Amino acid sequence: MTRAVEETNRRLLRARDAMDLTYGRALDITTLARIACVSESHFIREFRATFGETPHRYLQRRRVERALYLLRCTDRSITDICFDVGFASLGTFSKTFHLIVGESPSKYRRRGEVITVPTCFAMAWTRPSSFGEDDRAMTG
Amino acid sequence: MLSSLRISQIYVLDQDQAIDFYVGTLGLEINTDQDLGFMRFLTVNVPGEPDHQILLEKPGPPAMDPATADEVRSLLTKGRTGGHLFFTTTDARKAYEDLRAKGGVEFTQEPTEQPYGIDFGLRDPFGNHIRVAQMAPAPS
Repeated sequence: MTRAVEETNRRLLRARDAMDLTYGRALDITTLARIACVSESHFIREFRATFGETPHRYLQRRRVERALYLLRCTDRSITDICFDVGFASLGTFSKTFHLIVGESPSKYRRRGEVITVPTCFAMAWTRPSSFGEDDRAMTG
Repeated sequence: MLSSLRISQIYVLDQDQAIDFYVGTLGLEINTDQDLGFMRFLTVNVPGEPDHQILLEKPGPPAMDPATADEVRSLLTKGRTGGHLFFTTTDARKAYEDLRAKGGVEFTQEPTEQPYGIDFGLRDPFGNHIRVAQMAPAPS
């Protein structure tokens, strides 16, 4: 029983890592479910039960986290950044960004450069939260 | 007051499999592998660095009760026991290619230019997170 949980966790972690690795490309549930060796409907349900949010939301937060970094640490245009981090349209990017961060990409950019930390910590800790404890995420 | 960090610890699910990965794949060497009866005391180190050991500990009785060990194993396979290891190398791209050629390594990030150098990420078979960095020279 426990063994099964561990194996499920590890397979789901593999799919989650794939999102963190290839966020810049189009990623679909079929591909991710295959990495996790489960059906698509099981994948979404099990991912949520294991990590506390849907795979879609996790990937969105990864993409927005990278966009936050690129906005403040590079000169790339907002359109370029939108495609760099895997969004298929500027409209979806702007809407998702605003929803998650609470302000527009250009307004966020004006805050200036961020402090550099090892990239794995930036990934884990500068991702806008899904879990409701971070007021900054909503109020900007 | 303190002079060095000699041993740090991560959890693994299986110590033989851990040797295959940390010694066979990553190229560390076994420092100590001793059956103490109550536990197998297993440490590895980077070749030539015997004073910086990593204890590869299997969670379970008598150190912890079976239910707690289940929780630790569950967190470990979710990648959430905090078992981060940060190694350095003189050539990150070559280290990445060498590991890729060996096969069976799960990368979490390809070699990437960072403000602090070039690094890449991977997971051990259990869920621990590893990064390998070629550090940029300190600014003079």
